[in-house]
Amino acid sequence: MRSHIQEFDSSTLNESVQNTIMRDLKAVGKKFMHVLYPRKSNTLLRDWDLWGPLILCVTLALMLQRGSADSEKDGGPQFAEVFVIVWFGAVTITLNTKLLGGNISFFQSLCVLGYCILPLTVAMLICRLVLLAKPGPVNFVVRFFVVIVMFAWSIVASTAFLADSQPPNRKALAVYPVFLFYFVISWMILTFTPQ
Amino acid sequence: MAAADELTFHEFQEATDLLAETPDAVTTSKNDQPTPQGHVAVAMGLGGSYGAEEEVEEESDKAALLQGEKQQPGFWTFGYYQSFFDVDTSQVLDRIKGSLLPWPGHNFVRHHLRSRPDLYGPFWICATLAFVLAITGNLTLLLAQRRDPSIHYSPQFHKVTVAGITIYCYAWLVPLALWGFLQWRKGVRERMGPYTFLETVCIYGYSLFIFIPTVVLWLIPVPWLQWLFGVLALALSAAGLVFALWPVVREDSRLAAAALLSTVVLLHTLLALGCKLYFFQPLPPEHMAPPPQATSLHPHTLLPPTLPRSITAS
Repeated sequence: MRSHIQEFDSSTLNESVQNTIMRDLKAVGKKFMHVLYPRKSNTLLRDWDLWGPLILCVTLALMLQRGSADSEKDGGPQFAEVFVIVWFGAVTITLNTKLLGGNISFFQSLCVLGYCILPLTVAMLICRLVLLAKPGPVNFVVRFFVVIVMFAWSIVASTAFLADSQPPNRKALAVYPVFLFYFVISWMILTFTPQ
Repeated sequence: MAAADELTFHEFQEATDLLAETPDAVTTSKNDQPTPQGHVAVAMGLGGSYGAEEEVEEESDKAALLQGEKQQPGFWTFGYYQSFFDVDTSQVLDRIKGSLLPWPGHNFVRHHLRSRPDLYGPFWICATLAFVLAITGNLTLLLAQRRDPSIHYSPQFHKVTVAGITIYCYAWLVPLALWGFLQWRKGVRERMGPYTFLETVCIYGYSLFIFIPTVVLWLIPVPWLQWLFGVLALALSAAGLVFALWPVVREDSRLAAAALLSTVVLLHTLLALGCKLYFFQPLPPEHMAPPPQATSLHPHTLLPPTLPRSITAS
């Protein structure tokens, strides 16, 4: 018995930190792939984790910060505002899904919603790169197009995972708040203007 | 017998189901036997295939359903709140349609809510309206900047917070006050009881729906058209509120009824007006290109000591 316990302990507690981090990173990376190529698979739902959403949310919130200290009233979203919108938005949508009678667990839904922000984070990255070029209508059209495509990708990815959890006569009621959520995030990305 | 048939329609369905299960059972109608067990007492006569406990359980379960008074779960359980989200897509759409087209005799609460108010509609309509207000307000700033490059465009994200707080406070605190007032005046009414709190929240929530397309239409930069749309939306929305509240205040004294309805309409007007003025930037006039003589006036205004020279020069 004792050796068995020892064996169990040494498998995770005594491994090097690098192993632990790599294992978690690989899990996160695998889920990113599932979001980028959405198929009907249960991996995102079965082994949920919230590392991915946290990384994505922090990255997005940091990228939405402008360099200079702008006057408070006039600026874009503060870091805390982005954080609150993403996390409270995801929690509200999850509660909404559960109250409507969906059979998905709380954290599974948070996990899916958080991971499906990945396309929009990629859009933010592309927008920031495009904004380094000369400003003008072409600049705006390119950014608009990229944000629209990534917004559609997010919606498709999240509904591929979430739609099956609702009875068919309430699917639209559950999907609409997801649409609103990603729409608001897309709007924040599109209106980002560096100083 | 026809009237009794209408009244006992629901039980009749249940009774036919039960009859289908046990062919030799006997049903008694609601009016004959007001038993504490329920409206339809199914006597499982000679069947014998059911155990005694199952019979009692089935009877009391079906009796509870038939009575229509399901035991409400306590407010600390999840099931309590789930009962407020017990709507389908078609029902929500139907309620929205009902609020868009108010009709004098057509009470929103009785026809569309049918004693099953929901929280889904009011909550998400308010959320949508708050975000749409902030976003379209920002878009008008963008359009204004196109015309007049001196205006500085910024995302103005703080307006989302302001919009959210305003809309949610209006849509939840005003129904609370209204409900309290109606409860207070409850004694005056004989024919119709006051609405529950959720029903008043539903009335207000669904009445705000028409502002969503109105706000989007306020992007059109023609001022008289904007005011026209605003007045139209306000009229429809306030009419919906008044028609929904009229049956409840009708029996009250004229003064109380008039005061209540005018306060409701006034608050609604203030909301619409406040939103229009705070979130929407008036557009600068069409031709903002500087007129030709400004270029020679420019050094004139900037360099007063050389004033005589520039006048003699031009």
